[in-house]
Amino acid sequence: MGKKLIIMKNISKSFGDQLVLDNFNLYINENEFITLLGPSGCGKTTCLRILGGFETADEGTVEFNGKIINDLEPNQREINTCFQKYALFPHLNVYDNIAFGLKIKKMSKDAIHERVMNILKMVKLTGFENRMISTLSGGQQQRVAIARALVNRPKVLLLDEPLAALDLKLRQEMQYELKEMQRELGITFVYVTHDQEEALTMSDTIVVMDHGKILQIGTPEDIYNEPSSRFVANFIGESNIIKGVMLEDYSVEFFGETFECVDKGFKKSEAVDVIIRPEDLDFISPSKAKIVGIVDSLIFRGVHYEINVLVEGKELTIHTTKHRKIGDKVGLSVEPNNIHIIPRDNNA
Amino acid sequence: MMKKSVKKKSLKFIGLFFTVLSYLLIFTPIVVIFILSVNASTKGYSWEGFTLKWYVELFENDVMNEPIMNTLLVAVSSTVIATVLGTAFAIGINALEKKRRVQMMVINNVPVVNPDIVTGISLMIVFSLLSFTLGYYTVLIAHVFFSIPYVILSVMPRLKKLDPNLYEAGLDLGCSRISGVFKVIIPNISTGILSGALMAFTMSIDDFIITYFTSGAEYMNVSTWLYATLSRGRSFTPAAYAYNIIIFTITIAIILFVNLKRDRKEKTV
Repeated sequence: MGKKLIIMKNISKSFGDQLVLDNFNLYINENEFITLLGPSGCGKTTCLRILGGFETADEGTVEFNGKIINDLEPNQREINTCFQKYALFPHLNVYDNIAFGLKIKKMSKDAIHERVMNILKMVKLTGFENRMISTLSGGQQQRVAIARALVNRPKVLLLDEPLAALDLKLRQEMQYELKEMQRELGITFVYVTHDQEEALTMSDTIVVMDHGKILQIGTPEDIYNEPSSRFVANFIGESNIIKGVMLEDYSVEFFGETFECVDKGFKKSEAVDVIIRPEDLDFISPSKAKIVGIVDSLIFRGVHYEINVLVEGKELTIHTTKHRKIGDKVGLSVEPNNIHIIPRDNNA
Repeated sequence: MMKKSVKKKSLKFIGLFFTVLSYLLIFTPIVVIFILSVNASTKGYSWEGFTLKWYVELFENDVMNEPIMNTLLVAVSSTVIATVLGTAFAIGINALEKKRRVQMMVINNVPVVNPDIVTGISLMIVFSLLSFTLGYYTVLIAHVFFSIPYVILSVMPRLKKLDPNLYEAGLDLGCSRISGVFKVIIPNISTGILSGALMAFTMSIDDFIITYFTSGAEYMNVSTWLYATLSRGRSFTPAAYAYNIIIFTITIAIILFVNLKRDRKEKTV
């Protein structure tokens, strides 16, 4: 990763008496694909709007390339935005929408033409120049919106849930294409989404947010494998969260049994939450198993079955390709490195 | 079975009757004026043959020339001023937070529902307090004054329909706050602005009461001139009918033009 391009320091922002961003600190590297992930109302869009210059922070500073840009107008920033509902200009055709920014920069007609045609090729919309926006499908509009922002060659592209309105198939396709574009162009992408799968697929770095605060920053692997809190564990994928007690380093007790694990640094007999991903639980014969339960429900999910097993009154979810019938007595096993320990969150 | 169809038929007849009746009520006066405008007689109650001389006289008659010119001049200039100001106000009001916006719209609606006579008299008092001489300029100010709320009312719905991100997208792509308004907002509310302008124009041409109170003794538009002529017990020339018909035709033409254009636009969307 390159140098730090954007530094947000101690940003706070309220709307009325509602605190939307609470002492928010984040830096963004050059050429990074960073995703702000969180439930709606967590402040991720506000964060993006502060970067774009559409909102001003009540407190704190935004640094861009070493300069504080708090008071710069949106048009003075080397940042472009791809809006959630695209915000394409209905009074202009595709060509003029994309050329809008270049025309304001007073570029020559030929240069504009060349750039627009190139970017149209890149977003696979060659031949659509003269179409009006209202005649395009959602996916095509999305591409125009991206082209309109990218044609200005910004240092940073902000994307506010750009794929939210597309159907699943198209969304997956666009995820891939966006990632490709970002790699090709070497532009920093700041991406906002509430879709954890999207975040995991595309990002170099994920920032998990809730209630205007950052809960965890890390690579997709980090966030998925080592969630730092109950909230993150639940929000990123499905998790089984079991109450347990840390006996000593590398040893944890839950369901009345002692398990080997890879975590350390907790106090002796500290109450903890044990997180096990549904795909990390495996069926073994009940006689050999430390965890024994009864199959409670079963859903076919295509690639795998989602099976709920009742263990001592606690429901565990398992993703497996093995089939079991409801009412079956099953044993469960889990590898030590798939047991993840976090401090007990008493509020949850 | 028989009964039902009779009932249906009578319902249909009643429907037709009221439709015809309401159109008659609306259009009879216009038809009467049209007949009078092509009647060779100067008296309304006798028919002396078809003529177009009143239409010719309208442009030759010195007596009517001045009021007509006054009316058109005030209508055009007040329309231009009110449309520019009203559009700017509407954009400003729309940018306010919701509570303030609602308050502003209530204030905006007061002059709309205010009886013309109250508006007319209060404007007259204001002008005399400011010791303005009543005449062209006071009429112009008055017409701008009562037209602005209508412009705002017709621009506002267009603005509300606009995606708020649109303006921000303009800024994002390099527009300043001002040029964003011209390059992004105005092109997208142009139909609202146009219908606001037409509204302002017809309101101005149409007005009698407010003009009457703010025009003074010398200055007259067509409606105050007609009133003055009648109240002095004189009968006016049938060229006045011709004037009405011309204005009516122009208005209808404009409305048809706007509606057809809008229909076509909506079809392509």
